[in-house]
Amino acid sequence: MRKAVTYVSLAIITIGLLMIPLGLEFGKPHHTDMDDYFLRFGQEQTATNNQCTSVTFDFRGFDTLGESTVLFTAVIGVALMFRRFYGGEDDADE
Amino acid sequence: MFWNLPYFTVVILTFIAILIILTKKNLVKILLGINILESAVNLLIISIGYREGGVAPIFTLAPSMTMVLPTPQALVLTSIVIGVATSALLLSFTMVIYRKYGTVDVEKMKELRE
Amino acid sequence: MGVKMMRMSKIVRISADLLYPFIVIFGWYVIMHGHLTPGGGFQGGAVVATGTALVIVAYSYQDIKTMINKTVLWFQESGGLMLFIGAGLGGLVIGFPFFYNWLANSGSLFGTTVIYGPNPGELNTAGFLPLMNIAVGTEVWGGLTMVLLYMLSGLEKREEA
Repeated sequence: MRKAVTYVSLAIITIGLLMIPLGLEFGKPHHTDMDDYFLRFGQEQTATNNQCTSVTFDFRGFDTLGESTVLFTAVIGVALMFRRFYGGEDDADE
Repeated sequence: MFWNLPYFTVVILTFIAILIILTKKNLVKILLGINILESAVNLLIISIGYREGGVAPIFTLAPSMTMVLPTPQALVLTSIVIGVATSALLLSFTMVIYRKYGTVDVEKMKELRE
Repeated sequence: MGVKMMRMSKIVRISADLLYPFIVIFGWYVIMHGHLTPGGGFQGGAVVATGTALVIVAYSYQDIKTMINKTVLWFQESGGLMLFIGAGLGGLVIGFPFFYNWLANSGSLFGTTVIYGPNPGELNTAGFLPLMNIAVGTEVWGGLTMVLLYMLSGLEKREEA
């Protein structure tokens, strides 16, 4: 029973995935209006030579703030799991 | 198939990753499958933004003015860091589970201990 | 202790000591030139954390535990995130929205203007981008080193209290 469900779902997922190479064309992106604006005016407005960094930190800086917070949360999560083995100056359990 | 080779690689990698997650019984192997799935999705996002004959979108001593799109590269940067955070948390969970149950077999950890 | 001493030989320890300053300098080069060449905060922070990981692997964990202070790493990580938010709040003082580039094209700290077209890069350009690169690089360095140290501490046998 479980094997039948596995194979049927894998078949459905593969048929859905095969639409990607048959529908897209490599090398000719469709809608490039936003990136044409970034490449034409980004260097004057942000005074940067590297357009990837100017998009990450200046035009889309809010996403980078969220990503830094995710990294911070992950480090706090790992520190919480191993709290009673490191150090020992504070009591972890009553 | 060679005119669309990056997209076919994405399909093969995603298929292998989902096969690993659905059929393996060892917890560490399932985590490796999750990592492969993450890499396949990053490859798909990057391959969408390629322009034919384009160079990197950097104006320092640039050889030509036809450049690839910079926005997918910014999104993939965020995605890679989130993949690192996910892998770190999953691995620390696996270490605590091994200490509590004594095994990493998924079939054997069905009861709530203690 | 329950973990046997996995201390590497003398050649490996001395090679790690010799390589460590060069890796840290290369990492800071990648962080500081993030607005001119490929790189930036996250990539350079990962390179510097690799240098620290090399030293941790060469010496065993028992020796490293007494050498690295835990409080400095916590301040490094929190300070990086605070500097990132502080650089974004500077626009609110002037009267512009959050994350407005208040240093670009202005003539003060990082404010030289750039004309459109290819040019050999200047370090003094690009507004508050170098400040954000330094903040993110410091945060990633502190964070990755802390994850490594905490996971290594979980391998020891648990002391019965």
